[in-house]
Amino acid sequence: MTDASIPHTPARVSLIAPDERTRKRNAAERRFRAYGLAAVGVGLLALVVLMASILGNGLSAFRQTYVTIEATLDPAILDPKGQRNPDDLAKVSTIGYGRQIDAAVSAAVARAGIPTDGLTDKQMSGILSKEAPAQLRNKVLADPSLIGQTVPLRMLANGRVDGFFKGRVSLASAELDSNTSPEQLELAGAMRAAGLMEVGFNLGFITWPDASELRPEAAGLGVAMLGSAYMMIIVLVLALPLGVAASIYLQEFAPRNRWTDLIEVNIANLAAVPSIVYGILGLAIFINFAGLPQSAPVVGGLILTLMTLPTIIIATRASLDAVPPSIRDAALGVGASKMQSVFHHVLPLALPGIMTGTIIGMARALGETAPLLLIGMVAFVRDYPAAPPEGFFDPASALPVQVYQWTQRADPAFVERASGAIIVLLVVLMLMNTAAIILRRRFERRW
Amino acid sequence: MSIGILVLVILALAAAGFFLGRNRALAAAGGDPRKLHSLPAYYGRTVALFASVPALVLMAAWLIVQPELIENRVAGQIAQADIAEGTSRNLLMSDVRRIADALDQVHLRDGVAESDLPALTPEDPRLRTRLSESGITATTAITPSVFTAAQSYRSLTDAAEFWRGIAVLAAALAGFAFAVTRIHVEFRARNVFERFVLVLLIGSSLIAVLTTLGIVLSLLFETIHFFRIYPFQDFFFSTKWNPQFRGGSDLGIWPLLWGTMYVSLIALLVAVPLGLLSAIYLSEYAGPRMRAYAKPAIEVLAGIPTIVYGLFALITVGPLLRDYFAQPLGLGNSSSSVMTAGLVMGVMLIPFVSSLSDDIINAVPQSLRDGSYGLGATQSETIKQVVLPAALPGIVGAILLAASRAIGETMIVVLGAGAAARMDVNPFEAMTTVTVKIVSQLTGDTEFASPETLVAFALGLTLFVMTLILNVAALYVVRKYREQYE
Repeated sequence: MTDASIPHTPARVSLIAPDERTRKRNAAERRFRAYGLAAVGVGLLALVVLMASILGNGLSAFRQTYVTIEATLDPAILDPKGQRNPDDLAKVSTIGYGRQIDAAVSAAVARAGIPTDGLTDKQMSGILSKEAPAQLRNKVLADPSLIGQTVPLRMLANGRVDGFFKGRVSLASAELDSNTSPEQLELAGAMRAAGLMEVGFNLGFITWPDASELRPEAAGLGVAMLGSAYMMIIVLVLALPLGVAASIYLQEFAPRNRWTDLIEVNIANLAAVPSIVYGILGLAIFINFAGLPQSAPVVGGLILTLMTLPTIIIATRASLDAVPPSIRDAALGVGASKMQSVFHHVLPLALPGIMTGTIIGMARALGETAPLLLIGMVAFVRDYPAAPPEGFFDPASALPVQVYQWTQRADPAFVERASGAIIVLLVVLMLMNTAAIILRRRFERRW
Repeated sequence: MSIGILVLVILALAAAGFFLGRNRALAAAGGDPRKLHSLPAYYGRTVALFASVPALVLMAAWLIVQPELIENRVAGQIAQADIAEGTSRNLLMSDVRRIADALDQVHLRDGVAESDLPALTPEDPRLRTRLSESGITATTAITPSVFTAAQSYRSLTDAAEFWRGIAVLAAALAGFAFAVTRIHVEFRARNVFERFVLVLLIGSSLIAVLTTLGIVLSLLFETIHFFRIYPFQDFFFSTKWNPQFRGGSDLGIWPLLWGTMYVSLIALLVAVPLGLLSAIYLSEYAGPRMRAYAKPAIEVLAGIPTIVYGLFALITVGPLLRDYFAQPLGLGNSSSSVMTAGLVMGVMLIPFVSSLSDDIINAVPQSLRDGSYGLGATQSETIKQVVLPAALPGIVGAILLAASRAIGETMIVVLGAGAAARMDVNPFEAMTTVTVKIVSQLTGDTEFASPETLVAFALGLTLFVMTLILNVAALYVVRKYREQYE
């Protein structure tokens, strides 16, 4: 028998206890699985840490310290002529109002019986924002009858005092700070205990314009939000019709030849061109060649339109492609022209997909920063742009650019503001994406 | 006539054209639409299109060409002697525009008659207040030739705007009349209308080509301009980057390329293993419930704007790396570093790698896996020895796309990597990248005359070419791969 010459391998001892090699292979299997799970975990952890960092730094931007005191508006200083003539009133500068506030603060502190530790009136009112005199002045100019009365005032506290209550500034750091002193912070603490100071919701963060380097407490997102909204209007009005028209041609009408192939490769590439290159394009073509104004939402809107077009085209083509050919055939069969079959039947059926793609494209455009830096949207803008269409040409900022600007400032209070602005941006993006998901769930048809 | 009113007039004309065209067609058929070639509405739509589209196109073209022509003519009027040392004709032209604007304000708001304007001098108090409003405080700087240039700029612009209104309205009316007179029973309105719409559709799809053309031309022209005033061998072969705004700068690209490559390398070292392993886990191991939650959660990372990652690098990752790694190890004490930017960018790229790889792994036919299982391989052996080799070209494409993203990324490196141009191997040292320098050389500057601003275009072109090569290669590889299994 020839079989006898085959070397005899020992039979496996047991089916239940795996041998060495099987154990090794199974261990390798488990390890590989664990690596995969760990990779997913790291990705999710990164998301959580990112969100926690932004929320932890930024949520306090929505709360702000306010001082509530009563001030007697002295007619001798604010309206020396006594005529209540708006032109005369406008001649009194914020210095005059500053004195009123100095007096009001020291009076309020004295009334509450808080020891002042030898602080002068000027130092005491240093716990208020430098913006306070201007706010009071605007209030009086709007209503001159306030002069001579004792009016309750709710004013912003200084950024350092605000930081003290939020834990950003300590007595030790105030020692080294030329903008505040430990005595001032102790006074602020006592005033809060006496009910003269409170930390409340900061609506101004959403509505006010940006403020200068020394007044972080008065900085808001108003101009940036308007600028972003204007750009989104331009993107929607231009990119949606152009993108849909281009996709209809490429998907439904274009012959397959070298030219349409070129256009397709082109669009795929445009979707991957770095955003900063679009900024260079905008600077060279829209600002330098066409002479459009710098920092204007119209230029930003045009650049973002060009960036969003490929996204919309790709999404629209996918949803046109998903409409089954039987729809087209049926329309052609009852005598519709090619154009009628597309506009009357295919396009309405593809609409939910197109809207979803548009919203996602616009969400991406809303968060885009780099190209806007190049077209001068980093300028410090304090005036709200006018209503459209003139407002499209007024200087404005944009939400992500405002974040960038605030990160470039020295005062740590602006880090809080920047994180707060990101929370606003992320909330808007979340709403847009939720809308896209709802649209998809609600209207998408599976064929 | 202002643009807004002009557009409104054209739209009103188009609306009127729609009703007129429809009614005229019906009247031509004696009120019986069956005798017409097309449905009555098509006659109306044809008139509306002919009335509006050519006029709007003419207006857009006029808006683009007019400032160029006028500026060229006016710039010639500025005397050579007035172009002082350190300024350029372009700078003076912005003065000319401001003066013209101030003259407009004097006319509109101060009620100075149009005929009195030429007699005004820059010292006139009314003009002076308006000038300071538009940003010119030193009226002494206005030389006579600049002032006359401003006057003629203003009158030329006024005349051009007047003729623009006339020409655009004429085009609208001509289109309107042309379409209306052609209406009769046999007129093939639907065919004409559909051909017109088809032309519009083709025009829209050409926008994409025009954009690419615009990018390439604007980069190319200014780059050529740059190499005329700065030797190209110094740009491509020098290892020193030291721009001086008074001239005599060293603008070598290598320190920037080094920083770009280094940051991208770290980012890819983070993103490729993490992205690939999570794609494998999610497509091969994870149950449907885990997939339903983990996959969208990871994709959220791709939807977060890059400025958010930039801020994360600046306020969290940077200080963390500095305090716990760089300083204890004695590797430096800068919170912005290649490592900071690279790590954060890696996190940003995870979803790019994972979702692309996921698609590709799913496209590998099940029969290959079944064959491997049938031979007794475990799941991880199947993945490592069958699925991954089969999916390799696609995964390479995904990595190339991620690399192109990393090279072109701006905000993370602006906020995380620093601004110092140096070539160093220590990853905890601040370095800079091509994109950072484009931003810093171009921000707030539109007078392209010095090599220090023009260099940004050469950098932009380099960046564009690098990403283009990566993208084309990735597209090619992925397309080739798709064909393989279809």
